[in-house]
Amino acid sequence: MAKRIDVSGLSAYYGSTRAIEDISMTIEPRSVTAFIGPSGCGKSTFLRTLNRMHEVIPGARVEGKVMLDDENLYGANVDPVAVRRSVGMVFQRPNPFPTMSIYDNVVAGLKLAGVKKKSVLDGVVEKSLQGANLWNEVKDRLNKPGAGLSGGQQQRLCIARAIAVEPEVLLMDEPCSALDPISTLAIEDLIGELKSQFTIVIVTHNMQQAARVSDRTAFFNLAGVGQPGKLVELDDTQRIFSNPSVQATEDYISGRFG
Amino acid sequence: MTSSSPADARGRTPRRRGDSRRGDAVFFNLSRGAGILLLVIMAAIAGFLTYRSALALGKNEGNFFTTFEWTPDAAKPVFGIAVLTFGTLVSALIAMAIAVPVAVGIALFISHYAPRRIAQPFAYLVDLLAAVPSIVYGLWGVLFLVPHMDGLTSWMDQYLGWTYIFDQSSAGVPPRNLFTVGILLAIMVLPIITAVTREVFRQVPRMHEEAALALGATRWEMIRTAVLPFGRPGIISASMLGLGRALGETIAVATVLSTNSKLTLHLLDPGGGTFAENIALKFNEAQPLGRDALMASGLVLFVITLLVNGAARVIIARRKEYSGAAA
Repeated sequence: MAKRIDVSGLSAYYGSTRAIEDISMTIEPRSVTAFIGPSGCGKSTFLRTLNRMHEVIPGARVEGKVMLDDENLYGANVDPVAVRRSVGMVFQRPNPFPTMSIYDNVVAGLKLAGVKKKSVLDGVVEKSLQGANLWNEVKDRLNKPGAGLSGGQQQRLCIARAIAVEPEVLLMDEPCSALDPISTLAIEDLIGELKSQFTIVIVTHNMQQAARVSDRTAFFNLAGVGQPGKLVELDDTQRIFSNPSVQATEDYISGRFG
Repeated sequence: MTSSSPADARGRTPRRRGDSRRGDAVFFNLSRGAGILLLVIMAAIAGFLTYRSALALGKNEGNFFTTFEWTPDAAKPVFGIAVLTFGTLVSALIAMAIAVPVAVGIALFISHYAPRRIAQPFAYLVDLLAAVPSIVYGLWGVLFLVPHMDGLTSWMDQYLGWTYIFDQSSAGVPPRNLFTVGILLAIMVLPIITAVTREVFRQVPRMHEEAALALGATRWEMIRTAVLPFGRPGIISASMLGLGRALGETIAVATVLSTNSKLTLHLLDPGGGTFAENIALKFNEAQPLGRDALMASGLVLFVITLLVNGAARVIIARRKEYSGAAA
């Protein structure tokens, strides 16, 4: 578990529009890497290229290479479905399956992978919900609908669902932007715990959040409206927020633009 | 902002508010009136049917529910709905069994598989099927479908004849029977079921589909995990609309079923009947008692439709907390 991601020369397109251009970076295993940058700079698009979710949008395509340890995710014989099983994702808005119970939500990924044995599923449900710090709140109502939980609980349920399949990498696309401060704190604590097992990449609009949860921070920017987004710099979070090497980064984090 | 004329604002605001209150009142009363009108119409139909039925049932010398014959104008009036109930339900069930899976398939193809430039015209084509008048379906059924049913019916007679209902006692006769009617009805209800389920499938939130895909679902698994469960109440409602049409279809059924209806439980034998078809065929020549008897059968159809719709409501409501309405 927990693999290194090595991206080189990656560009992503929506039809003929280039959304991000020529991005190369290395993401270390068992660490939290945060992506920050102004709206439209392509950080979410880039995140979605890391588990081949970008291409589910009609007309979207990717050029370049994403190595997960020594496997190229965009290799000729690589099945995107298999990629998504090893690179989990948590979305901006909590999206538990509304037609499923809490229990069924957690095991949804395992059932897709063909695991049917009740004892195995029971164990995974408890372990994943424990891992997502949700077990104590829901253990007595596992058969109630997942959509009946609060927003913060739903997001932790989605995290439990993502980690239940034991992915190598966990991608989080602004996971707290729809949550209140208390729930945000709960998710941030959880991220701190999960990084001992997973490679975590988180997109956030909240710079304090990036500073709090991440070990490394990548700043993305775009030259102007309609221009593709680019990686400006990637460095230790502490350095980015105290003494970044690029002026644009400093302007952004000090609130001079964006 | 402060510079804009206050007199102007003061002059306008009260009048506009008055207008909108009057508009509210008008609209409220219009919509309430429409609601009440619906209830009045329903009550009038039910009351009329019940009254005329009561007249006929009092003079019936057979058991209304178990009698096969329909001879209300004979010297000894005997009429029953056994065959009609059977024919109506069976032909509608055959139609549903064929139409629902096909319609869901077409709807999925349009909403999730076909490229957009094919999906749009294709959807339009399906909607067009709904605009074909019933009599045209009826004529197509009797002129094309009936002559081409022989292979299928003799196959069913041979291998499914032991079920009694699929036993064909009179081979070689044109299959103007309930089974053919069921197939025809399936085609007729296909567009409405397809149109409604298609819209429901389109409304599945993108984020639920992405949730499934991100877990490593293939396209079909995504549909099974996110789309079909979310669309389930919609599929049921759509099927009910289709079933309503199948239960009440008159002219197409009357055209296809053999005119000299002998009432039979063998689906592949000519004959059988449905409520609506029976009313259409007999009404013109019926005496007053015969007409009232037909009204009684109409009332039964009315009640069956209500029961079917009620059952569908119950099925949908039972899983309401899982409907996704909260998300």
